[in-house]
Amino acid sequence: MTMKLSARQFKQRLGFSLLTLMTFLTVVPIIGVVIYIIYLGFPAINLEFLTGFPREGMREGGILPAIIGTFYLTLGTAIFAVPLGIGSAIYLSEYAPNNRATQLIRIAIINLAGIPSVVYGLFGLGLFVLFLGFGTSILAGSLTLSIMTLPVIISTTEEALRAVPQAFRTVSMSLGATKWQTIRKIVLPQALPGILTGVILGLERAAGETAPILFTVAAFFLPRLPNSPLDATMALPYHLYVISTQVPGMPIKIQYGTALVLLVFVLSMILIATAIRSRARARRQW
Amino acid sequence: MMSKYNAGIDPKPPKREFLITALIKAAGYSAIIFVGMIFLFLVLESLPALREVKLSNLLSSRWYPIEDYYGVLPLIGGSLIITIGATLIALPFGVGTAIYLSEIAPRWLRETLKPIVEILGGLPSVVLGFLGMLVLSPYLRIWLDLPTGLSALAGAILLGGIAIPTVVSISEDALDAVPKSYRDASLAMGATEWQTIWRVTLPAARSGVLTAAMLGIGRAIGETMAVMMVTGNAPILPTGIRDLFSPVRTMTATIAAEMGEVANNSTHYHVLFLIGIILFLISLVVNVTASAVVFRQKKSQERILS
Repeated sequence: MTMKLSARQFKQRLGFSLLTLMTFLTVVPIIGVVIYIIYLGFPAINLEFLTGFPREGMREGGILPAIIGTFYLTLGTAIFAVPLGIGSAIYLSEYAPNNRATQLIRIAIINLAGIPSVVYGLFGLGLFVLFLGFGTSILAGSLTLSIMTLPVIISTTEEALRAVPQAFRTVSMSLGATKWQTIRKIVLPQALPGILTGVILGLERAAGETAPILFTVAAFFLPRLPNSPLDATMALPYHLYVISTQVPGMPIKIQYGTALVLLVFVLSMILIATAIRSRARARRQW
Repeated sequence: MMSKYNAGIDPKPPKREFLITALIKAAGYSAIIFVGMIFLFLVLESLPALREVKLSNLLSSRWYPIEDYYGVLPLIGGSLIITIGATLIALPFGVGTAIYLSEIAPRWLRETLKPIVEILGGLPSVVLGFLGMLVLSPYLRIWLDLPTGLSALAGAILLGGIAIPTVVSISEDALDAVPKSYRDASLAMGATEWQTIWRVTLPAARSGVLTAAMLGIGRAIGETMAVMMVTGNAPILPTGIRDLFSPVRTMTATIAAEMGEVANNSTHYHVLFLIGIILFLISLVVNVTASAVVFRQKKSQERILS
């Protein structure tokens, strides 16, 4: 390379290298975090850890109640947030007129998305736990998480619905179908992969959240499985917080093991969502 | 009725169609109802605080609820210093990564790196806080020779990382939306790619980048668990750059750490809801501003293109 670089070419090379370095510094720690937790958490994983109850002040035994608790919370969130979120997205994409009321709805959704998770926790405590008297329970926590998840589901579903070509609707309605028939038989099936992706990503957020469940569901130590929606429960994210900050002398292996289980829980949801999206993109004929 | 002609379609009574439409409309308006309810509950639960605690107490710099000191300034200061630090990290790295992904990286690399950045956005903050506590803070303590690594700096670094995916994804969309003809025109005039990025593409995408910055800041100020686990939680009003290296406590961490232990309807309980209102209002301002920027940009683009 004896070619002499002009000043501006040199500047470009320098700039590009800097940007490459920055990207590198952003991406590498992410991979590092995942690998590090897998590496240190894996030795803790065995059958007892995954299917047993915590013993000896959580320093031994398993984390089954936390796993089941997070599963129920995610399920509960899905029950409330999915129909409401999809309904709301259908309204915005198919029905809403372009007026001030609709603009207000959009601003409200943007705001819901921005409200800090701990404020959702306060709200859930005030409304569901105390005012409606659900107590610290799976029901109260699921409702709190649902409202927090709603904006994610609405915006991704709306995007998926809008991506369905207008011609599909026109043809369906010109054949005599009503608006709702068109939505249910034509638009929703076409948008299904996009909707699924959004729903799973929304639920993934709910599964990993700690702050909203701090005062609405989470039990510090409850070595049994919940048997009604009005029971409190342990949950993976809160359990990780508890054992890493509140319990002295906690074996480090169990802490990393719990972190790994939580990581696998949320990463598998992300992977499923991504897989559905890319498969749908490859198959899409319009 | 045209029942003779639509025999092939299951004839639904219009009543049912009406019902479903009404349900969908109700779902559509639910977001407004929820925002209203959240605001209402925060106000109702925090009003007693204004009655029970003197304003001079609330605006003091001493937070010590056991002895009825409810000065929120150290908490606001704590949130502020960490958010500023996080922004200083997330903005250059986030926008830099977005420029690299959108303008420089070959297609295959871009398609590989984007999902990885998205994964960071999906990692639970408690996991990042956990690692921050066990890995980041100890190193900070050794490298910077601090009494404790649990500091505002640790919080800022972690929050910067948490805000990066937001900044990257929105700025990348904005850069992607700049018409190719802009770049072509610039290159045809003899500008280098680097000059094109700085003088054409980035300025054209500036409102999107601004939105990204706003939403990144919003994400950072509302973050709870990661911050609570690495900042040491000392309610001391930060007054300068030196305080970056000492423990602080944020508004979010205060709520999360103390709400579980207070008696319902006590003064302390109401003050924590008051802090919730402050957070709610900050996120309201940040998000409305960010979306206003987007709306304005759309309009001005329509003007240019029409």
